[in-house]
Amino acid sequence: MKHRRQLIRIGISGLGFLLALLLPLEGWGQAGVFLAVYLLIGWDILWRAAVNIVHGQIFDENFLMAVATVGALALGEYPEAVAVMLFYQVGELFQSYAVGKSRRSIAALMDIRPDYAQVEREDSLLRVDPEEVAVGEIMVIHPGERIPLDGRVIEGSSAIDTSALTGESVPRRVEEGGEIISGCINLTSRLRVEVTHAYTESTVARILELVENAASQKARAENFITRFARCYTPVVVIAAVLLAVLPPLFLPGFPFAEWISRALTFLVISCPCALVISVPLSFFGGIGGASKVGVLVKGSNYLEALADTEIVVFDKTGTLTRGSFTVTDIQSVGMDSRELLELAACAEAGSSHPIARSIQQAFGGEIMPSRIGSVEEVAGHGIRAVVDGRTVLAGNRRLMENAGMICPPEPEGATVVYLAVDGSYAGRLLIEDEIKEDAARAVAALKAQAVRRTVMLTGDSDAVGQRVAKELGIDQAYTGLLPADKVERMEELLREKGPKGRLVFVGDGINDAPVLARADIGVAMGGLGSDAAIEAADVVIMTDEPGKLSTAIQIARKTRRIVRQNIVFALSIKTAILILGAWGYAGMWGAVFADVGVSVLAILNAVRALRVGEERTD
Amino acid sequence: MKKTYRLENLDCANCAAKIERELKKLEGVEDAAVSFLTQRMTLEIDGAEEAVLEQVHKLIRRLEPDVRVR
Repeated sequence: MKHRRQLIRIGISGLGFLLALLLPLEGWGQAGVFLAVYLLIGWDILWRAAVNIVHGQIFDENFLMAVATVGALALGEYPEAVAVMLFYQVGELFQSYAVGKSRRSIAALMDIRPDYAQVEREDSLLRVDPEEVAVGEIMVIHPGERIPLDGRVIEGSSAIDTSALTGESVPRRVEEGGEIISGCINLTSRLRVEVTHAYTESTVARILELVENAASQKARAENFITRFARCYTPVVVIAAVLLAVLPPLFLPGFPFAEWISRALTFLVISCPCALVISVPLSFFGGIGGASKVGVLVKGSNYLEALADTEIVVFDKTGTLTRGSFTVTDIQSVGMDSRELLELAACAEAGSSHPIARSIQQAFGGEIMPSRIGSVEEVAGHGIRAVVDGRTVLAGNRRLMENAGMICPPEPEGATVVYLAVDGSYAGRLLIEDEIKEDAARAVAALKAQAVRRTVMLTGDSDAVGQRVAKELGIDQAYTGLLPADKVERMEELLREKGPKGRLVFVGDGINDAPVLARADIGVAMGGLGSDAAIEAADVVIMTDEPGKLSTAIQIARKTRRIVRQNIVFALSIKTAILILGAWGYAGMWGAVFADVGVSVLAILNAVRALRVGEERTD
Repeated sequence: MKKTYRLENLDCANCAAKIERELKKLEGVEDAAVSFLTQRMTLEIDGAEEAVLEQVHKLIRRLEPDVRVR
């Protein structure tokens, strides 16, 4: 609306300007037409300049434009004055349009705010503001609706689209008893959900708050620009005054009018807008782009620091590995592996030990309790159970040896459950904390990005730790660490890194808060649904994929590249026009380009930071 | 105490920087950040909120008459 009105005004003024140039008018007639067009296009600038002077604000861009154009009018350069004002307005319009558009596209990324919640109250379904819903109330979510608050499913099962939070396109399944997270979209069927968090405590509210506050943690480049802008304008204005006064005073044969005209071009260039706007916009775009792929960066300063990543330290369990045990290999003797697994699952059916659970999970089928006879736990060794009338031994090597059986040696760094049936050795199950699918790729991607060193910290045994590190291509593994040792190792690594490099620690945010805090940049994984991780870290990876770290570094580097391009570009054009202007080679036209033209180009460049995916790595 | 306010009609980046700079000088304002992009002002206020906010409103009216604080 505002833009359209401005566009019409510019159109009419443009026509008027052309008419004034082309009509066969002379002297006062022509001056009158130019003046009318000038006032039409520039009255608001003049008005604001006047208001600001009353408020004691000089060096304001309205004031500078007003002085420059009024000066040009006074010198009889009517077309220049009108053209400068016209192009200034065109540039401002375009700038406001571009900024508005990029701001909206970033806002659209963060469009996870729920509009309403449907709550069961007194036997009817009410549509209320999510902020009014209390913990413990029952809400109903239909397919296609956004989940308004965090909760637990009490009826129904469905697929949930989490892509707005995680960038993950594959829907997640939820069943009765499962937790669901606000901001996601219910896809397939109706759910009844008990609210577990009030709106302000819910995932949506926390993420929105975090992203909105991200802009207030400023990067060094931003602070540099703000400081620079503060000196730049006064310096250029003073230079303009000197340029107008000194040469005509001290050098004979230099007319005042010519030098004042040159000085006026200085005033047009003196606004630092291109820089002041494009640098934060680039960072904002980078943060927006990162959140699109499920990486929340808590401030421009962290995004800037990520670009200088030198050492990446991973926590093992829960970060590189799933943090849960899985049966990864079955070797059976004298029966097929499915039968062996079934016997093991039956024998372990009554146990809730993580290893027993992993076997039950690997089997997956239903176990009839009637199949299981007596079960006897052999403390520290395993289980002796009667299944389908057969005696099954399931446990460690010691259990087998005590029963007089010889079993093959166990592979290093894994947990093995041996099985014997009716007194003869039947095979073994290999149980490991499974490495995440993309962990090896994540490490390789970091290497490709010239991250100097990758390190793994773990409380696990040396055998397990070293094997995982080797498998993933991690440079170094510190094993058998207590939480306090981890901080100590971190201190050591911090001393070893270069002065400019940054140390990134990636953990799951649950037990490693001190390490997260000590690192230059603390990254927490699996932030979806974990308040602790979101609180403690500087960067939160919403999904369980360690590979997102290198994506984040890539975005950080791209953003830094854009910021540098903009700074160099804007400064060099401005300097060039200043020098050319001082010698009389660049007029008002060039100056207008150096002001608004450069701003617009810098903004368009900054918007690139928002786009993620197709860029190259370097 | 930290509080965030929306700034309406904040339409130039340099103005945002200017407002931020002047806000930081105000008595009772521990720290201030104005984000042109999110159109938000974050203030860390030390002392009586009412009195400080009064000053903040006055300052913004003086610097950028078009901007409204919400």
